[in-house]
Amino acid sequence: MPGILKRMSAAGVLGLNRRNGDYILKWNQRRFFPLVDDKVLCKSRLQERGLAVPRLISIASYMRQASHLAELIGDLEEFVIKPAHGSGGDGILIIKDRKSDYFVNSDGALVLQADIEHHLTNVISGLYSLGGQPDVAMFESLVHFDPAFSNLTYLGVPDIRVIVYRGYPVMAMARLPTRRSHGKANLHQGAIGVGVDIGSGITVGGVSDNSAVSIHPDTGAEIAGFRVPHWSRIVSMSANCYEAVGLGYLGVDIVLDRDLGPLILELNARPGLNIQIANRKGLQTRLNAVDELTALRESPEQRVEWSCRTFGDAKL
Amino acid sequence: MTRDRQWIVLSIFLVVLGTLICAYKMVRLGYPLLPDQTSEQWSIQARLEIEPTEGPIRASLLLPVRPSGFTISNENFVSRGFGLTIEEDLYRRQADWAIRTLGRSKTLYYRATVFADTRQRRISAAPDMPPIPVLEEPWASAMTDIVADVKAESADIESFAAEILDRLTRSPEDANIKLFLADGDAPPDHTRLAQTVLAAAQIPSLLIHGILLQKDVQRSEVKTLLAVWDGSDWFIFDPQTGHEGIPPQFMVWWRGDEELASINGARISDLQISVKRRVASTLDLAAQRTRLSDSLIGRISLLYLPVQTQSVYEVLLLVPFGIMVIVILRNFIGLSSFGTFAPVLIALAFRETELVKGIMLFILIVSLGLIFRFYLERLRLLLIPRLAAVVTIVVLLMTGISLLSHRLGIETGLSVSLFPMVIISMVIERMSIVWEERGGPTAIREGLGTLFMAALAYLVISVDILAYWVTVFPEINFVVLGVIVALGRYTGFRLTELKRFRAIAVQDKP
Repeated sequence: MPGILKRMSAAGVLGLNRRNGDYILKWNQRRFFPLVDDKVLCKSRLQERGLAVPRLISIASYMRQASHLAELIGDLEEFVIKPAHGSGGDGILIIKDRKSDYFVNSDGALVLQADIEHHLTNVISGLYSLGGQPDVAMFESLVHFDPAFSNLTYLGVPDIRVIVYRGYPVMAMARLPTRRSHGKANLHQGAIGVGVDIGSGITVGGVSDNSAVSIHPDTGAEIAGFRVPHWSRIVSMSANCYEAVGLGYLGVDIVLDRDLGPLILELNARPGLNIQIANRKGLQTRLNAVDELTALRESPEQRVEWSCRTFGDAKL
Repeated sequence: MTRDRQWIVLSIFLVVLGTLICAYKMVRLGYPLLPDQTSEQWSIQARLEIEPTEGPIRASLLLPVRPSGFTISNENFVSRGFGLTIEEDLYRRQADWAIRTLGRSKTLYYRATVFADTRQRRISAAPDMPPIPVLEEPWASAMTDIVADVKAESADIESFAAEILDRLTRSPEDANIKLFLADGDAPPDHTRLAQTVLAAAQIPSLLIHGILLQKDVQRSEVKTLLAVWDGSDWFIFDPQTGHEGIPPQFMVWWRGDEELASINGARISDLQISVKRRVASTLDLAAQRTRLSDSLIGRISLLYLPVQTQSVYEVLLLVPFGIMVIVILRNFIGLSSFGTFAPVLIALAFRETELVKGIMLFILIVSLGLIFRFYLERLRLLLIPRLAAVVTIVVLLMTGISLLSHRLGIETGLSVSLFPMVIISMVIERMSIVWEERGGPTAIREGLGTLFMAALAYLVISVDILAYWVTVFPEINFVVLGVIVALGRYTGFRLTELKRFRAIAVQDKP
């Protein structure tokens, strides 16, 4: 046991306690939390800084709005419902198609209008929000994922998670939905995490439920060696989020839209640590490298350049 | 002070504060560390039998006051028909009984309970200089010789006093001493003579009278000691033996040259002091002692509350221990549960049902509740009414189980009502959501995790000695708080992370 402890420290693995105590509590001021915990607010913040996000269709804040679906979505055939204060991907309903009297979700299963209304009331009454506070339901435009990813995903939309520490992108991974994750890009729901090299945007090996995977279980495609399109824009958008919300330890979730390019899906003030497993790298080493920098007042471009140079090609 | 280090100071401060208060209560107030300890106490009684002579009667009895090393409690006087007044100052206390006429002889009683404490008190206030005794020849020159002799063989006041007593007891052949002792036909009174010599040497002295609390005695002998003032402190000598120091178990009753009892208008036909040993719970004694002392810490004790209230606080005060277990399980081991502190509340319920039955009941109620909850999901109730419905179902389930088990003659069923139903309802709600979002196995695993944490918390808070400690030493929770603060700054790995991140560490091996 002490052996593995020592090796983990040597590999620069960051544990939950350390992440909470030394990074989140230290660098993420509580007054900035609402900027990321409230997805509506977050979206407008990001837009103010000129960062691309999926379009907000409408907001349902009152119970009675649930039964007036037409007013919320008009005759849109595809949309996503999200709790504004949701966490961990819970409570997200993805509608891909609309027939005369029912909808189709990301699994391809049919969803009745009454099901959507019930889901809205659950969201609004706070079932998915932190602490059970009343919430609002957001309707967002559905992202059409970049076909570049089609071999690496099953249903749903793959996304890119970038950890940004004090404005520096330090580690990235792609999350690939699987049949088991019901098209959701959340690792604890069964999606595959794939490490992505910060410098080049090329994927390394993947991980599912803490064990290594080299091919996608549903498509059979090789996971490693894939070049994520628009990589430099993804990294630069992530770095810009630091200025947008002021959080020093930040998880940025980005999706690639077929037509619109990279869009920031949401920000996370308490990003998980699985990114280390996906990259087979410890975060601690990279966070220390940022802390050891003497001059921090650089522009996002300068920070990205430094990060790519320092962390690219798995140098650290 | 940097903010980074403040927690260490706070944590140490809390631990030290808690420990000090506990130690104070243990050492100074005598609260026992373990329950069911006994210690001795003494019932003392002074019995004064008087025979009226003529006129109004006024009887006085000196009472013990603040004896060093003892606490007096439960004092009472039996003296029907007499008016009773008590005069008291710091070192002298006197009961005065008065009656206008008394037909026949009468017995007056003073009774008290005495138990040992650790507080040493000064015997008496700083005395005045004694007058130099005026003596005739040949006694005057004999006295001068004695004082000169003793002075020559002593270094200070303490050794001077010791030397005199030593000479009086050991060498009555000394001509000068013989001159004094031979005086009169009463038996030689060493104590008075020693006082005279001390006065001649300008050393204040004081007689101290008391009794020995050692065994049951019907008629306890009053023992007189000699206290000698060296300018800052009293030194006590036994004039009979010349030994210095207060004999063990000696309780000072009164000081000075007075008699224990004095009377006008009557005759004292008998005066006896009796001592009886009793065994009492150390805890009761400590509580009594606290009540009589004026320590603030002692006065805010749970032991003064009614017993039923005490047991409520006992449960409350145990909660921090349960919570500390949860902190360790979550932040050091890395387990997770439904609701941060739900396991503690479930653990408190286990106290009523006992562990195995409690776990069975929990599983039964949660499983049945889940089935109903899945059915409710189909009805598409709004969140709050749905939660309310689950709570109601849980209450009905509990009632049903109670009635059923009562019919079957199993008594545990009844204590089921103490299960925290709202918490259980929340567990059911959270579990059903996890069930839908992440699947049954995850939900069951987390449910069992919650149960496991509750069981561990229960095992800790059901340690008997802990329940005793929190009642007698509630300050122990300062220590718990200090430990929790310290645990709160643990930023090392959790045990489960060793497995989770193992792959990163192992492949990094060169």
